[in-house]
Amino acid sequence: MRIETGQSLQPFQFDAPRLARAALRWMRQNLFNSWFNSLLTVLALAIIYEVVSGLASWGLFNAALFHFADGTISFGRDACEGATGACWAFVVSNWYLFFFGTYPYDERWRPLLAFGAIIVLGLVSIHPRARKSWWVRGPFLASPVWVLLMVRGVGVLDMQLVDSANWGGLMLSLILGTIGIVASFPIGILLALGRRSKKMPIIKALCVVYIEVIRGVPLITVLFMSSVVLPLFLPEGFNLDKVLRAQVGIIFFSGAYLAEVVRGGLQAIPNGQEEAAHALGLNYARTMGFIVLPQALRIMIPSLVSGAIGLFKDTSLVGIIGLIDFLAIAQLSTGNPTWIGRNVEAYVFIAAVYWLFCFNMSRYSMRLEGRLKTGHA
Amino acid sequence: MNNAQASGNGGPANVIEMVHVNKWFGEFHVLKDIDLTVKRQERVVICGPSGSGKSTLIRTINRLEEHQRGQIIVDGTELTSDLKNIEIIRREVGMVFQQFNLFPHLTVLANIMLAPIWVRKTPKEEAARLARELLVRVGIPEQADKYPGQLSGGQQQRVAIARALAMQPKIMLFDEPTSALDPEMIKEVLDVMRELAHGGMTMIVVTHEMGFAREVADRVIFMDGGQIVEAAPPAEFFSNPKEDRTKLFLSQILHH
Repeated sequence: MRIETGQSLQPFQFDAPRLARAALRWMRQNLFNSWFNSLLTVLALAIIYEVVSGLASWGLFNAALFHFADGTISFGRDACEGATGACWAFVVSNWYLFFFGTYPYDERWRPLLAFGAIIVLGLVSIHPRARKSWWVRGPFLASPVWVLLMVRGVGVLDMQLVDSANWGGLMLSLILGTIGIVASFPIGILLALGRRSKKMPIIKALCVVYIEVIRGVPLITVLFMSSVVLPLFLPEGFNLDKVLRAQVGIIFFSGAYLAEVVRGGLQAIPNGQEEAAHALGLNYARTMGFIVLPQALRIMIPSLVSGAIGLFKDTSLVGIIGLIDFLAIAQLSTGNPTWIGRNVEAYVFIAAVYWLFCFNMSRYSMRLEGRLKTGHA
Repeated sequence: MNNAQASGNGGPANVIEMVHVNKWFGEFHVLKDIDLTVKRQERVVICGPSGSGKSTLIRTINRLEEHQRGQIIVDGTELTSDLKNIEIIRREVGMVFQQFNLFPHLTVLANIMLAPIWVRKTPKEEAARLARELLVRVGIPEQADKYPGQLSGGQQQRVAIARALAMQPKIMLFDEPTSALDPEMIKEVLDVMRELAHGGMTMIVVTHEMGFAREVADRVIFMDGGQIVEAAPPAEFFSNPKEDRTKLFLSQILHH
């Protein structure tokens, strides 16, 4: 006779209960096991129903997507005639604007090709063997370079130079976010190591000052500084690319934040590890690279990914310095007289897209943790 | 290759010379005027109460602690702040810690191979071969592909000994190697250390294992309050201690 905790002795059947009975029993044990809990359950169910049904009726059942007339499907204004719910035709018909901003329509094959290639690489790397191959890794690691080249324009293939002022939408957010995360990571590690240094007090002081100053101000301030103040210090006529200014600001900001995350991870590694490495004759670089950092990174993964997710969402602030990123596009697109008043659809759409990216980042982090744990006992 | 060769046939007769070595931790004077000479292939056991400075003493030899005054010369190289000298010395001095300090994210084999590959530039295959030989020597060849966390304490310490031996050092330092082990595992580690001693390795062992000292040591040193109080061959040390402090310590430790 099995006794389950918190339950009084009751006769059980020895054969495995069928799923329905098990589910009912679970509900009785967890949701309805007391008057108070039952009340809470009912309340919660009521709230969930209200919210979900409201969303579903607005977003799904009463929504309009396309207009079917004369054998063609169109996503124009008339698709939403008479619909009381969401007008998703607005999102579909503005897809180019949302994804690429004010990028010249004629050159759209370039960003499409570049990001299409990234998606293909992503899909291919689902297969573990493909992930190890340098045919996948190489292009992936080099992606900032060729994506930027394709978007900006090289001289060949009749590619016209597209100034970064015209980059926008989700593409811009992804560029700023990805390069921001990737570039700020080594900076964060160096700053953390510098701050922990016992033999180089000047470096340590510089790192502390940098970290504390940058962390103490909001990202907007840093963006203003790099966007407005920095050009004042540059020589006459030296025009720094607007996106580059924002990118540099983002990298500096994220670097300071990540430095503290890395430092926390480093502190968690017992001194004995460094001592054993030194006793074996390993120098500072090898001790850090082979012994301390690999162990510390394992610990840091949740914090690092949180930082990355936060940074990606923070890139939406560049709207304030005049760059038309994903959020700014959503705000602007409703200014179009055809689609006036469709703000809710716009914001729900970009919220869903942001969520999709961030959720995938956190799933990736869980997979990373799982994979690295198998290395330990 | 045996330990006699490892201890080196060339070089000065005194592998370690410590002259008027003093160290402070802030205000606390932890090493007071230490004069110590260790000859090639000599086995020295250092004992004493907690806080006597014995661990600090051997940790200054490979610069895990810095001495503020005095001279330390290891195998002819003086130990100063000069990084080059420190690296030369660390290559010739192996250390085994009380807490093992194995690298948990690497396999046992990788733990042992790491230093030879990156410090002595040994090719990978040869380092692996050497590592497996050492594992046979310490008695646990079957654990090569396991992770440290999967091993018992005695096995972990034996891996730590193998890891230190992989660098083919001239001197081996042991900082209370069996103090963190369960009693039934102490013997297996002491057996390895005994075999090492019989093979001619120069060893300095900080330990409370007096049986080991009696059997293996050429000299037993008693430290108290940061000073070397008495030093003598084990027969003399245990049967005829001269200083009162030594007599007190022996009576406490040999009682049970």
